Amino acid sequence: MPFRTRSAYAFLAPYLLVFATFWVWPIINSFLISFQNTRINPWKYSFQANWGRLFYDPAFYNALYNTLIILLIQVPVMIALATVMAVMLNSPLLKARPLFRFAFFAPVVVGEVAYAAVFRLMFSLDFGIINKLISAVGLSPVSWFDNANAAMALIILAVTWRWAGYNAIIILAGLQSIPDDVYEAATLDRVNKIQQFFHITLPLLKPIILFCVVLSVIGTMQLFTEPFLITNRGGPGGGTETLGLLLYRQGFTSLNFGYASAIAYTMAALAVAISLLNLWVGRDPK
Amino acid sequence: MKSKSQSLLLRQIALHAALAPLAVIWLFPLWMMFVFSTMPDNGIFSPDIVLWPSTNFVENFKNLQADTDFIGAMVISVGVALIYTVLSVLLTSMAGWALARYRFVGRSIVIAIILGTITLPFSVVVIPQFIMVAREFKLANTWVALIVPPLFNSLGVLFMRQSFSMMPGELFDAARVEGVKEWQIFLRIALPLARPTMAALAIILFLASWNNYLWPLLINSKPGMMTAPVALGTLIGLTKVSWGGIMAGAVLLTAPILVVFVALQRHFIAGIAAGAIK
Repeated sequence: MPFRTRSAYAFLAPYLLVFATFWVWPIINSFLISFQNTRINPWKYSFQANWGRLFYDPAFYNALYNTLIILLIQVPVMIALATVMAVMLNSPLLKARPLFRFAFFAPVVVGEVAYAAVFRLMFSLDFGIINKLISAVGLSPVSWFDNANAAMALIILAVTWRWAGYNAIIILAGLQSIPDDVYEAATLDRVNKIQQFFHITLPLLKPIILFCVVLSVIGTMQLFTEPFLITNRGGPGGGTETLGLLLYRQGFTSLNFGYASAIAYTMAALAVAISLLNLWVGRDPK
Repeated sequence: MKSKSQSLLLRQIALHAALAPLAVIWLFPLWMMFVFSTMPDNGIFSPDIVLWPSTNFVENFKNLQADTDFIGAMVISVGVALIYTVLSVLLTSMAGWALARYRFVGRSIVIAIILGTITLPFSVVVIPQFIMVAREFKLANTWVALIVPPLFNSLGVLFMRQSFSMMPGELFDAARVEGVKEWQIFLRIALPLARPTMAALAIILFLASWNNYLWPLLINSKPGMMTAPVALGTLIGLTKVSWGGIMAGAVLLTAPILVVFVALQRHFIAGIAAGAIK
């Protein structure tokens, strides 16, 4: 490899320029703004205005609680489902493979707004197809948008539908990299398929599953479109308000950039902490 | 031997019995999107269970166009996605080439930046980016605001870097011996060889731009400068709005992408498996 600093930076220049202008400077700026009271003109430095407020703000704790609940239920359910999908899609016994792949992978390319609109319509109280089907089998319809628990369940369902296939693709790629002779040897030793799954497949997949968990945690941490569009701005009464939605509300509805920046930094810190925790859980026990 | 093939058959039946209902559930929202888009509003909001398409799509689309200028928004979405894709593939290729093929002062810092920003949540930058673009550069409701800030894409750089790293170095050294300039080596030799990777990346970037919602929602909220997802999003939650129309819009946003997805599934899956989209 030749040593050419000038050529290298000539090729990197446009990319680094975008990075410096639209990422580095804003991230530093945001940190400074988080210490300013932006509800007065001109803005003034005040620790109390944002960071002081954050720790006593019931709206923040509500959003944090909702986000963590969604995270704790949705991520494990989705990753487990994605693993099952990937294992079944990988089975040599499977017929009509392209059809199944399409069914599970298609949601990955569907836009957030399009799918939010469909879910909102499918789950509406009186005329939603889901409640019609629930009534048809003799159960009582659920008011998905007026009951906070049902609304949370709906968000979890929607996000799982949208992202399970995405994780299944990554896990499937991992499965296909496990050599066949590992399984052949196990079969010769009369290890049955279920034991093979728990004692061979899962341990070998561990790093990939952790990668999926980290990506999903970061994604769910920022959850915005689903509570914004499906449950109508975090309804009912803040029952599905997430940190992402609180950030939007403070930043772009109230135009309180200082407080929004403090929330954003808290979200980033949480995402980093959870990712590190995951890596620590998944470390090699040596 | 008979019992063995029987147990294999049983396993095969069990596999499909588990997977088929799951697939039906997974396809259901997409199917209903299509069905709703063909039903008149009084059909959507009737007590009957309708699972089969009707014939009202064109009428629904007219209602949608009356509610918001969806065609105009589609033109912006297509234009932005095309320009973004071309620029982004070019920028990430250039950066990936520099990282794959040169040693230089500060290389490890640049690599650290790129690796460190992969998992950076967008929510950390969205507020300051908005302040920057809207208040300081006064670029809200412009094409530049939609296209330029998202050009920073670390995974794209890594994707391209990998492709350039796998090319034989002698190829480029031979050209250097003959006095070919570095940018010509990049344009004439490296880029044509990287074409399959660029194609996979382009598909993924186009999709990301096409579906992007939060940033366009914040920065281009003026009617006439909204992208199609943003324009459609403004209708969701309104009381006097045609839901058949919204569904027609959803189908128009989704159908072209699904067709491309089916045709180019391998590229999509390669891109996703490499972690190139979120």
